Amino acid sequence: MKLKLKVWRQEDAQDKGGFKNYDVDGIDGDMSFLEMLDVLNNNLVNEGIDPVEFDHDCREGICGSCSLQINGEPHGPDRRITTCQLHMRKFKDGDEIVIEPFRATAFPVIKDLVIDRSAFDRIQHAGGYISVNTSGNTQDANSIPIDKQDADDSFYAATCIGCGACVAACKNASAMLFTSAKVSQFALLPQGKIEAHERVLEMVHQMDKEGFGNCTNTGACEIECPKGISLENIARLNREYLSASVFS
Amino acid sequence: MAGISKTSIARKVAMALSGLFLVLFLAQHFTINFTSVVSPSTFNEISHFMGTNFVVQAILQPILIAGVVFHFVMGFVLDVRNRKARGVKYNKFKGQANSPWVSRNMILSGSVVLAFLGLHFYDFWIPELIHKYVETNPDDPFRYYDETIAKFAGNPIRTGLYSISFVLLMLHLLHGFASSFQTMGVNNKYSSGIKIFTKAFAIVIPMGFVFIAIFHYFNNL
Amino acid sequence: MSVLESKIPEGPIEKKWTKHKNEINLVNPANKRNIDIIVVGTGLAGGSAAATFAELGYNVKTFCYQDSPRRAHSIAAQGGINASKNYQGDGDSDYRLFYDTVKGGDYRSREANVYRLAEVSSNIIDQCVAQGVPFAREYGGLLDNRSFGGVLVSRTFYAKGQTGQQLLLGAYSAMNRQINRGKIQSFNRHEMMDLVLVDGKARGIIARDLVSGNIERHSAHAVVLASGGYGNVFYLSTNAMGSNVMAAWRAHKKGAFFANPCFTQIHPTCIPVSGDLQSKLTLMSESLRNDGRIWVPKHEKDAKAIREGKLKPTELAEEDRDYYLERRYPAFGNLVPRDVASRAAKERCDEGYGVNKTGQAVYLDFKAAIERYGKEKAFTSGHKNPSKEEIIKLGEQVVESKYGNLFEMYEKITDQNPYKTPMMIFPAVHYTMGGLWVDYNLMTTIPGCYAAGEANFSDHGANRLGASALMQGLADGYFVLPYTIGDYLADDIRTGTISTETEEFVTAEKEVKERIQRLFDAKGKNPVDYYHKKLGRIMWDKCGMSRNEKELREAMEEIKELREDFWKNVRITGKAETKNAELEKAGRVADFLELGELFAKDALERNESCGGHFREEYQTEDGEALRDDENFKFVSAWEYVGNPRDAKLHKEQLEFENIELKTRSYK
Repeated sequence: MKLKLKVWRQEDAQDKGGFKNYDVDGIDGDMSFLEMLDVLNNNLVNEGIDPVEFDHDCREGICGSCSLQINGEPHGPDRRITTCQLHMRKFKDGDEIVIEPFRATAFPVIKDLVIDRSAFDRIQHAGGYISVNTSGNTQDANSIPIDKQDADDSFYAATCIGCGACVAACKNASAMLFTSAKVSQFALLPQGKIEAHERVLEMVHQMDKEGFGNCTNTGACEIECPKGISLENIARLNREYLSASVFS
Repeated sequence: MAGISKTSIARKVAMALSGLFLVLFLAQHFTINFTSVVSPSTFNEISHFMGTNFVVQAILQPILIAGVVFHFVMGFVLDVRNRKARGVKYNKFKGQANSPWVSRNMILSGSVVLAFLGLHFYDFWIPELIHKYVETNPDDPFRYYDETIAKFAGNPIRTGLYSISFVLLMLHLLHGFASSFQTMGVNNKYSSGIKIFTKAFAIVIPMGFVFIAIFHYFNNL
Repeated sequence: MSVLESKIPEGPIEKKWTKHKNEINLVNPANKRNIDIIVVGTGLAGGSAAATFAELGYNVKTFCYQDSPRRAHSIAAQGGINASKNYQGDGDSDYRLFYDTVKGGDYRSREANVYRLAEVSSNIIDQCVAQGVPFAREYGGLLDNRSFGGVLVSRTFYAKGQTGQQLLLGAYSAMNRQINRGKIQSFNRHEMMDLVLVDGKARGIIARDLVSGNIERHSAHAVVLASGGYGNVFYLSTNAMGSNVMAAWRAHKKGAFFANPCFTQIHPTCIPVSGDLQSKLTLMSESLRNDGRIWVPKHEKDAKAIREGKLKPTELAEEDRDYYLERRYPAFGNLVPRDVASRAAKERCDEGYGVNKTGQAVYLDFKAAIERYGKEKAFTSGHKNPSKEEIIKLGEQVVESKYGNLFEMYEKITDQNPYKTPMMIFPAVHYTMGGLWVDYNLMTTIPGCYAAGEANFSDHGANRLGASALMQGLADGYFVLPYTIGDYLADDIRTGTISTETEEFVTAEKEVKERIQRLFDAKGKNPVDYYHKKLGRIMWDKCGMSRNEKELREAMEEIKELREDFWKNVRITGKAETKNAELEKAGRVADFLELGELFAKDALERNESCGGHFREEYQTEDGEALRDDENFKFVSAWEYVGNPRDAKLHKEQLEFENIELKTRSYK
């Protein structure tokens, strides 16, 4: 099939940037969205034009590198997948596809579609860990049984890949789903309870400092999250935060 | 507790709490208004009590006004911050694909309700103040019903504006009421029940107000 | 005596590590503050090592090409991590894990290293649980296990199909803690371009900031390379797009020997190639072989009809199917090790029994499992006489709870529903057992330069067992390097900060810049991918699942020619002073074009079949690998002397004192 692409091009962080239109041909439904961009880039290199830069790495939906706002939705129109798993069979011959970077003040554009998501890292630095030494001199792994439901919920929260789709989808560019997933993972485990108060205060503080917006519970993040991280985590974050504020 | 008022979550919780407080007020206001449909004398009785009772006038009313002002001011503050969180806007943003319209347009529905409040104050509250404190008229426990009806009787524009405003209030509540529970961290086995209750409330109460307005309008043609 | 000193401690195998730890030098805490360590790569090995070094008190700098350490490709590991906990009480022990690993590696790994790996494996699980890694649990709240290929016990700990992700996030969280303390400086979107040696010791690296294009000098008292494997030399692989050999290859060119480059793991269960423009292959976890049965049609005519789309697999009667793994290997069945399963699939496809349009695929069928689980479930829920539909419905639910995310992924990619029709799979390049040669302390032949995780060669011999890569990465990073590096650094407590103004750094930086300029100067006509794809084709066709002398010789020639053409005719757009993905790729492909040739040479010189290395000339009558322990019981460690083809071979003879060498049989 043949497609019309409207792609955001921006030389570097200082450049103002703008859209450029490109046509690509010979796209097969079994190709992934990024493979379609590979075709575009190959054409561009052959014409001596700088290819479109975009973040990608594992191309199997787990590393969280790929992003892209495709036709107004993060990771495109399909659900529960990242852009690298989006296949071209979701589009029709002749479609126009608008491709933009994830937009948030806290995610500045580095080049073209590449954005700087280090704000997420800094939120994690602030408290996204359990303070245990890595020496291995700890107790046996089975010495604390953990309720299966809690362990499973903790796992589901921990499956967040940190891609930033939640921020991109949110009309307020809020990072609450991301932060809540990390807080929840630890809050649900006995190992994580000890530092729970300090953790949630520090992480929320950092989240605010990065300039993300507020959560207004639109639920867009949950729908667009490639891993389906639940809004329950945001409720838990709010709860953890309130209890930490009141009791510590 | 230090710094609690400065974080995004604290602001949201404050928003939710003030919202819930206003929801309570709304329920109370509706109950009183509804008596005007069934029993004008009860309506007069309660209105008189509310209008003259010291606790209501000197304590509850200022709290209410503070709540209203806080909710609006904070609403706008949050909106400004949220807009700032996305400096460069999308060329294409398909919000309808992942979230309900009401949740994305709280500031719009809220603004309409605010405008309505202006009208409402102009209609009732300011005349009431003038009546009581400027003209210092003597107590008249039977005036409320007639005064209220007079506003709607033969006034399709006012009735229409009230109705539209309450539709927007309904939209505002459809998201806001349920949302306030999520903000306060309530998410448990009662959540689905809360959701149903809040949705029902969000529809019944504003529609009830619309009904009262229209009732009086048609009753006095 | 060879130049290779493996430094294996004396004594009985189960005492070696303890004894070694007791005898090596330590650095006192006050002195650790004055010592810097560079860690390149932040996957399981690099991330865990960096966190532990920092915790001990060293100043750590980490480097990764991704935008965050959390994105290293360890994250994509699905199935699980082995540990000899014996929680299931099924007879597991350190020795058995050690034995399975050495046997699984077809007796081409170093006994002492593997034993140490088995010994610390239990500790990894304790450590990870303490860190908050949410492993799968049973209803009683204790940890659950599953079984993997090539073993007879259930020792694999897992977190659904995302074990690698959970473990990496665990290591990343340990790093975060140290970053927050200021003990780790993390340089993301940075690529190591060269290793800097001062007085013969590794003392720093030259790195390129991938955003600004700046070439930077970073010094340290030791450099740890944990930069992963080189599977991308095949272009199509399950590796991440950015996975590359640059760090290891640069070190190789500066004097680190490269061991067993031809030992590559071809994973049997990947989604088959669908088109020419495909960029990447996707793995379906080995855990699927616990329940899936692998088959092809018994008759060639049926296979042909399926390929032409005239016949559906579900229409084929049971007796017309060939469950070839169960037929050939009754003892292990569908759970034979990866090399065996891959070769068997290739054999069937080469004989004309393959399915899919291309004929390059076999079926992985869950019908039997769905029925079995469905019956079980119906029975336990008091449903003694269920209908067929009910059984299938219940069975699908069970299968979904076990493999739901994998099935979903399969469906997204292929647009086929694996609950209703069998999955199609084909082997794909997955892991490289070869890597930088290291001694028992994980130090390469360059003093002060260490290699950990997939980047070294040490533990998996000629074939790696499933769920062992995560184990090795974390063992190296959490429990081995933190001890052994101290032994080396004990001599450096008075060295002080290493200056980056010395001639060695200046020269290295100059060379890196010149190399980048040479890439731009080619001003040719072909994009980088053109070369990468061509190289991949040569590697897959001639150095892939089975190899022979003639083709290996051809491969060496073709790669050399391709490399020469690359430097003349490659076209790099843009500038060196900005973010430039084409330039990044070019640097990586340039190294693959050298490594590929050494790979072929190594395969050519190893005149035996073992593990993932199958030479057609050396096979038994029924087509199994024929090992030659008399002549090839050694590690091939290659020294760089100019051209990859001229590399000098050093042999580290392998001694097996605790395991008897046998023909590996899974029949």
